[in-house]
Amino acid sequence: MDLSAINPVLLIASLMVAATPLLFAAIGELVVEKAGVLNLGVEGMMIIGAIAGFATAVETGSPLLGFVAAAGAGALLSVLFAILTQFAQANQVASGLSLTLFGLGLSALMGQSYVGVKPPQMEKLNIPVLSDLPVVGPILFGHDLMLYVAIALIAAVWAMIKFSRLGLVLRAVGENHDAAHALGYKVVRIRILAILFGGACAGLGGAYISLIRVPQWTEGMTAGIGWIALALVVFASWKPWRVLLGAYLFGGVTVVQLNLQAAGVAIPVEYLAMSPYLITILVLVILSADKSSAPAALGRNFHASR
Amino acid sequence: MIRLEKRPQPSKAWSLATPLVAVLATMLAGGLLFAILGKDPVEAIRTIFWEPLFGEFAFYYRPQLLVKGAPLVLIAIGLSLGFKAGIWNIGAEGQYIMGALFGAGVGLAFYPLEAWYIFPLMVIAGGFGGWLWASIPAYLKVRFGTNEILVSLMLVYVAEQFLASMSLGLMKNPEGFGFPGSRNLQQYESAYNADLIAGTGMHWGVVAALIAVIFAYVLLNRHMTGYHIRLTGEAPRAAKFAGVNPSRLILFCLGTSGILAGLAGLFEVSGPSGQVSIDFNVGYGFTAIIVAFLGRLHPVGILLAGGLMALTYIGGDIAQANLQLPSSAIQVFQGMLLFFLLAFDLLTNFRLSFGKPEVA
Amino acid sequence: MKLTNLLTSAAMALGLATAAVAEDPTKVGFVYVGPVGDGGWTYEHDQGRKAVVAEFGDKVETVYVENVAEGPDAERVITQMALQGADLIFTTSFGYMDPTNNVAAKFPDVKFEHATGYKRNTENVSTYSARFYEGRAVQGTIAGHMTESNIVGYIGSYPIPEVIRGINSAYIHAKKVNPDVEFKIVWAFTWFDPAKEADAAKVLIEQGADVILQHTDSTAPQAAAQAAGNVITFGQASDMAEYGPKPRVSSIIDDWAPYYIARTKAVMDGTWTSTDTWDGIGAGMVGIGEISDAVPAEVKAEALALKAALADGSYHAFTGPITKQDGSAWLADGETADDGTLAGMNFYVEGIEGDIPQ
Repeated sequence: MDLSAINPVLLIASLMVAATPLLFAAIGELVVEKAGVLNLGVEGMMIIGAIAGFATAVETGSPLLGFVAAAGAGALLSVLFAILTQFAQANQVASGLSLTLFGLGLSALMGQSYVGVKPPQMEKLNIPVLSDLPVVGPILFGHDLMLYVAIALIAAVWAMIKFSRLGLVLRAVGENHDAAHALGYKVVRIRILAILFGGACAGLGGAYISLIRVPQWTEGMTAGIGWIALALVVFASWKPWRVLLGAYLFGGVTVVQLNLQAAGVAIPVEYLAMSPYLITILVLVILSADKSSAPAALGRNFHASR
Repeated sequence: MIRLEKRPQPSKAWSLATPLVAVLATMLAGGLLFAILGKDPVEAIRTIFWEPLFGEFAFYYRPQLLVKGAPLVLIAIGLSLGFKAGIWNIGAEGQYIMGALFGAGVGLAFYPLEAWYIFPLMVIAGGFGGWLWASIPAYLKVRFGTNEILVSLMLVYVAEQFLASMSLGLMKNPEGFGFPGSRNLQQYESAYNADLIAGTGMHWGVVAALIAVIFAYVLLNRHMTGYHIRLTGEAPRAAKFAGVNPSRLILFCLGTSGILAGLAGLFEVSGPSGQVSIDFNVGYGFTAIIVAFLGRLHPVGILLAGGLMALTYIGGDIAQANLQLPSSAIQVFQGMLLFFLLAFDLLTNFRLSFGKPEVA
Repeated sequence: MKLTNLLTSAAMALGLATAAVAEDPTKVGFVYVGPVGDGGWTYEHDQGRKAVVAEFGDKVETVYVENVAEGPDAERVITQMALQGADLIFTTSFGYMDPTNNVAAKFPDVKFEHATGYKRNTENVSTYSARFYEGRAVQGTIAGHMTESNIVGYIGSYPIPEVIRGINSAYIHAKKVNPDVEFKIVWAFTWFDPAKEADAAKVLIEQGADVILQHTDSTAPQAAAQAAGNVITFGQASDMAEYGPKPRVSSIIDDWAPYYIARTKAVMDGTWTSTDTWDGIGAGMVGIGEISDAVPAEVKAEALALKAALADGSYHAFTGPITKQDGSAWLADGETADDGTLAGMNFYVEGIEGDIPQ
């Protein structure tokens, strides 16, 4: 065992990268759920974003355009979910799961000619002086642009929910859609916008995996990250900054367990591999003292004329 | 202008007709997809829906429908109880794995003893394994108020690691030359969940699924607990006044769905699958969630939905081989089918009306 | 309704007509555990299938089903192929072992080929596998020379004999050219999770490894190595040439084409018999990808000489003296490992630190 081999600075820097796809997907889903809609199709929207972003980046040579396309593709897929749940009044849980199945299949069809292709690289921000600082440099100033975009998005969503009128309306719709409707808010329109936002964010998260974190395209490459993102929203009790905390915690435990393995710590590997999930449950139990609960109308459909 | 009007009563006629309309719509949209991929759409649709039921080799595929559908129905029945009451167990996949591990563990512990009581003990152990795994989120929810969606989902990943560890370690076949995976229970008579009548696909898991359907029907329609479940889902506040004990209901719903998922795992590992291996679980626990909702959380509906899902799986594999359709196209097709089923369900509860809204 | 009936019967007539014509060619089925777009294991098997088509043209008809789960699904798909007239069926995952043998017992006239297994219960089942550890020996030699930190990182999937054999072979040959070399092994406990593979590679690099060997199929570790700069890698399953000349300096390629062509030919000629094939570099089943210019000429020459010796059989990758990790003797001086021990290898050789997860 050689724990000194673990470099905490690099560990923190790489857990930030590991957590970023989760951040994107979870903050999007948080807004969706704040509006009272439960979309379990995050995994499907992520993988559509992953292939759309990848294909666009390869064809245009620009990773940034790739991210734009990924957001668009994620939002486009979420339109299906919006139609089903907001117009056809279909059950949200089933619609979301179907969306995941559909997205996984569709992405594989779209990606057939992109297997084994290397995408253009996204440059890391290199801020003179700041990036070269010891400790702080690699952690705070040594990443790619999208990582900061994800954090900025968290801040923006937090500010929107807390301070803006839009946030107020969003919460009203999510807490009691009948009352919101009576107050004259367009419940369906607001929910659709939230769903589209969620889709776009999930798409960005997917593209972050296929363009930066891995980077390559293979079928089913999101490998369950969308599900973890869904869990994170619950974990965060629908609070934006806790999403950040949760994503770093989850990404952190994963990276730490790999680090411990590489350092030869004598804990059976399979138990280390379980640890991110077990620790998440444990933290959840500890945090459960906080009784702030889910949006009251979460998962319930709204129909105006009754 | 097209508007939706809620029907005072769900339409009986439409509730029977919508699945057919949805399947027809899927055939059209799916046919278009297959045509775009350069395949004969009529042939593709025929292969998926007709071949397994009435094709040349239907004698083989029909029993396979039971094998594929039984675990889906068994798990979905359990889940539907909780879903009706607003208790969200989405970790059935993990409970399925634990049921298989506990059940197979008991069987393997007795090897090579042959005795009549081994299989019943395995069934009990399988149900217990699933119950245990589902009781963790249930207990944490009752005791600490933690969210069962998250805990049950996380436990799926934990169960998968357990499964890998067991296949590589404790349950590894000692005569398997160091390769992962347990002994094959199909070759251990006392533990083998064989077809009750050879070649029919009718193993104990199928029987259990049918019993579960009847049990759920009676429970929901004739029993106080069923009434409490429905009341809690539809009117939580009224349920409180009616004296429903929410803790007991949570433990009951999660526990029951865990037992059924565990049993599904046990019947699978001791029968069609035969052994504990790293990739033993194939997603039945997640697909069953879709089956539960497709069946509108109604026991008979779940039975039919399970059969339909099984049909598209089997027909889809035939279409892959015969028409060289990629498996992703089949996945998209299944996704479409689900979308249409969900979308057309609208007609059961709502009436489309044309023209201007009447003055209220 | 009439129109549907008409269409259906027309389609059926069409189907029957094509079936009648299709009786002539030899029908070969392939059952895949992953998607053909996985860029690794299944992808390479499908390349083998395409080579069969290219070789025999109209004389052969191939069918495949991808994403087939192990267990009852596999048994159903294999049966389906046999029912529909396949003459030869390749089942390409270890977990298909019992299903393949079960189906083979019911279809004595169909030939079955199971990859990486050991059960041949009936006369119509063969098994085949590749001696990837020979390729690992070449990698180990290059890795031992190239490492400056003397730390080699190794990403394993699951601790199964196939992976352990690769680790031992790479370690023995790295140690031979560089006595100070040390292996850091990380188990991903998944077959497929590119994001986790990327994390594993990064962790190894952060802990000082400047050579990464991987027994997982994605290019994630290659990209991580490239981002880190002074790290080298090897392609796995497919060539991964897009990451050359650096970080990817060479690769192990699964090349099933020669075997698939030979076995199809044997079925056509009626000379097919049940065999147990375990081929390596010599038979072309294990390919060594182009060694890039990032490797010094003398190291490249040494690696190629080793490859040649492995290919012509003058050298065995496990030649004694070799001691097990626990200190007990395994192979005496000059003794070579028998295939039985290799097939079920579940121990590290002396010098590797850590335990195999059990």
